[in-house]
Amino acid sequence: MPILEVNNIKKKFENTEILKGISFSMEEGQTISIIGSSGSGKTTLLRCLNLLERADEGIITVRGEKIFDAADELDSPEILREKRLHFGMVFQQFNLFPQYTALGNVTLAPGLLNDGRSMAEIEKMGKELLDQMGLSDRMNNYPHQLSGGQQQRVAIARALAMKPDILCFDEPTSALDPELTGEVLRVIRELANKHMTMIIVTHEMAFARDVADEVIFMDEGIILEKGPAKEVITNPKQERTKRFLQRMNS
Amino acid sequence: MFWTVTLSLIEGFLATIKLFLLTLLFALPLGLVICQGSMSRIHIIRVPLKFLIWVIRGTPLMLQLLIIYYGPGIFLGINIWGSSGNGRFTAALIAFVINYACYFSEIYRGGIQSIPYGQYEAAQVLGMTRGQIFFKVILLQLIKRIVPPISNEVITLVKDTSLARVIAVYEIIWNGQTFIKSSGIIWPLFYTGAFYLLFSGLLTLLFNYIEERLSYFK
Repeated sequence: MPILEVNNIKKKFENTEILKGISFSMEEGQTISIIGSSGSGKTTLLRCLNLLERADEGIITVRGEKIFDAADELDSPEILREKRLHFGMVFQQFNLFPQYTALGNVTLAPGLLNDGRSMAEIEKMGKELLDQMGLSDRMNNYPHQLSGGQQQRVAIARALAMKPDILCFDEPTSALDPELTGEVLRVIRELANKHMTMIIVTHEMAFARDVADEVIFMDEGIILEKGPAKEVITNPKQERTKRFLQRMNS
Repeated sequence: MFWTVTLSLIEGFLATIKLFLLTLLFALPLGLVICQGSMSRIHIIRVPLKFLIWVIRGTPLMLQLLIIYYGPGIFLGINIWGSSGNGRFTAALIAFVINYACYFSEIYRGGIQSIPYGQYEAAQVLGMTRGQIFFKVILLQLIKRIVPPISNEVITLVKDTSLARVIAVYEIIWNGQTFIKSSGIIWPLFYTGAFYLLFSGLLTLLFNYIEERLSYFK
């Protein structure tokens, strides 16, 4: 059974159709990269998956459980919260909470969840996650004391602490100085090696080619091309994909 | 004479401080209510509150004091404030509370709107409830942002309390002024300035301390 099935997602803002019917599915442990020019609907798709936006049409299924159907009534806030937890999200702008330390950022939400874990267990997990991100000496620093790359790694640990089924990244390195993107891409690559299920919106073509199992090329609200990462990026079938990749390489 | 004057001024200043503290006690929370209302999506809540804020910020506080004190008698024919000093004090307090709540509400609104939307979204995708988002994520950032403008208003309020004398609330300026008639001396009136200075100095220290305590994050 696929871990995620997305069926005919459509989304309009005002009168502009951003998503014109997106369907795809992915297996547990897979990494999918979504590429495409700005305005092609990549971010909107992620936001619909995370239920930050409500799609106008379509169905989203996680492990066979329907978590969203545009035809259904609005969920109550509690149900919506529960469903959101299937997905984790790493934002372009990190969005760390400035008044908490790195460790505090990671442990805050699990501590509020009341899922039976003790605060000591949560702290231990938080420290392990930050350690895994290479931040064991930065746990007690506040976000403003960290570099962009470090902040983004804290944000990844924060998302992982909620144990999501699928972790989404919205251009995780676009707000970083070029010399800092490597450290973030490295931890994402490690997660891929551990078979974390991930959807990564990115402009880093070499990274998508090497790390993702599949690549989705989006263009004007539709999936124009989808296939094994190396194939789509090194040998695209569609003319528009070719032109996009040429632009990215030049 | 100096001690007689000082004692009289201290007595007046206690009334000043009482008006000051009670105004803050009611205006700080009322401002939050007005702020929420003025950002409401519901037209019949938002528009009247926006109108109120416009009127209150657009007219002198002294005029508002006079209207609240004399208005009911003139327009409704009933003297709701009675003839005692307590009634005048209450009228002054209500005028100050409404006036300052409107200013505070705009400060709160600016603070809330300056918090990046990403903070709410990050908290949402982590499964937090609306209450948790406000109290655990937003509130402290909001307080940090509004402390400087609030401290400005609070220090202005210390001095604005002197306007209450237009409806004969016996605060410190009133007491200082009585010495002109009773003893033919004007220095007690000038001397009141020392009390204001001392008090606003203490408030400045307090607000600096709060800002310092909140400086550990950005």
